[in-house]
Amino acid sequence: MPATQRELKDRRDSVTTIKKLTRAMELIAASRIVKAQQRAQAAGPYARELTRAVSAVATFSNVDHPLTTEKPNPKRAAVLLLTSDRGQAGAYSSSVIREGERLNQLLREDEKEIVSYVTGRKGIAYYTFRQREIAQSWSGESDAPSFAWAREVADKLIEAFLTPTEEGGVDEIHIVFTRFVSMLTQKPDVIRLLPLEVVEGEEAPADEDVLPLYEFEPSAEDVLDGLLPKYVASRIHYCMLQAAASELASRQRAMKSATDNAQDLIERLTREYNQVRQSAITQEISEIVGGANALADANAGSE
Amino acid sequence: MAEESSKHLEVALVAAERVVWEGQATIVIARTTDGDVGILPGHAPLLGLLQGGTVQVRTVDGDFLVAAAPDGFISVANDRVSILAENAEMGHDIDLEEARRELEQALATGTAGEADADEVRAAEARVRAAETAS
Repeated sequence: MPATQRELKDRRDSVTTIKKLTRAMELIAASRIVKAQQRAQAAGPYARELTRAVSAVATFSNVDHPLTTEKPNPKRAAVLLLTSDRGQAGAYSSSVIREGERLNQLLREDEKEIVSYVTGRKGIAYYTFRQREIAQSWSGESDAPSFAWAREVADKLIEAFLTPTEEGGVDEIHIVFTRFVSMLTQKPDVIRLLPLEVVEGEEAPADEDVLPLYEFEPSAEDVLDGLLPKYVASRIHYCMLQAAASELASRQRAMKSATDNAQDLIERLTREYNQVRQSAITQEISEIVGGANALADANAGSE
Repeated sequence: MAEESSKHLEVALVAAERVVWEGQATIVIARTTDGDVGILPGHAPLLGLLQGGTVQVRTVDGDFLVAAAPDGFISVANDRVSILAENAEMGHDIDLEEARRELEQALATGTAGEADADEVRAAEARVRAAETAS
């Protein structure tokens, strides 16, 4: 007999427990994803106003800022990889890490040295296991990134960007993150953070002929100085929020299929268990009948 | 009517993670690095860095609001005023006692580093906003 009744029952019970777990995780992820989306929405106005202001400065003044200037001969590139802190999210972390590897490959082909920045425990584990150097890593808030967290990351990256290349600085910064397309689709994506590509052209007033000539207090340079780091932080925060929503969505999906699989398994095990039980009963009956017949035969012979 | 509608300012006070206050106002007073500016409807487009950390708003209903906006900036264009600060707060939402305590704490830590000085400035702005609001 392949498995005893008791074994099958135990196995079915444990799968039932697993199903309860994955189901709970699915529900938690589902409720958090709503929160993550709300957070992304709440962060929208700040990012929008900031973008508007930055593009206004860029459009209406001719100021070169270190953060927007391309360095002539980029040698070192920083890659910020946004992964999750926890597993159980299907292929979420591995696909964003794969995207990061692809970018690293591209950068290496351009003969650029790569400096890695990682957020999320999964990414950190991946890098440390392969004994690669991480310039700086952050973890703990991958599924609910606060602005302060983004700010911290932004400050470090800006600092690295403003350091001359010879002294260990970097010439460009890329972010690898997962873009939240919909509940069903999340796509790993790469954007270049620095030097900034400011989207120019705040819509000029349509009806009037005069462009708004901004006054700057104290001066265009100073305003840009104050604005750009905030803009960078806001961009990073945006990526983090997208990544958080993606993480939760893929966790929900992974947990849903785990729950479905557990259900299938339970059904299969129940069927197998019933079969085993039935055959045991059948065997018992045939044994009893056989025994009774033998007894009857023996009795008949003696009389 | 077009004249009428341009007699007030559309003001938005935006923090990094939420919109703190949004409404119509007759005047906005903010302290930039060059000194106080009062912004009335029809003001020329302006982008300025906030210095003092507090912003005063008189709404169309005549209410007087104060907000703490440490390390923020203000942008004015087409009668739209946006005040952006990572940690913007309305004056009447701040607990004055708590803000004072925080300021003392920040002062006690000292103003040696740049980060400490920032902290002191932010705490001062909160206290000032709370004081003016109450």
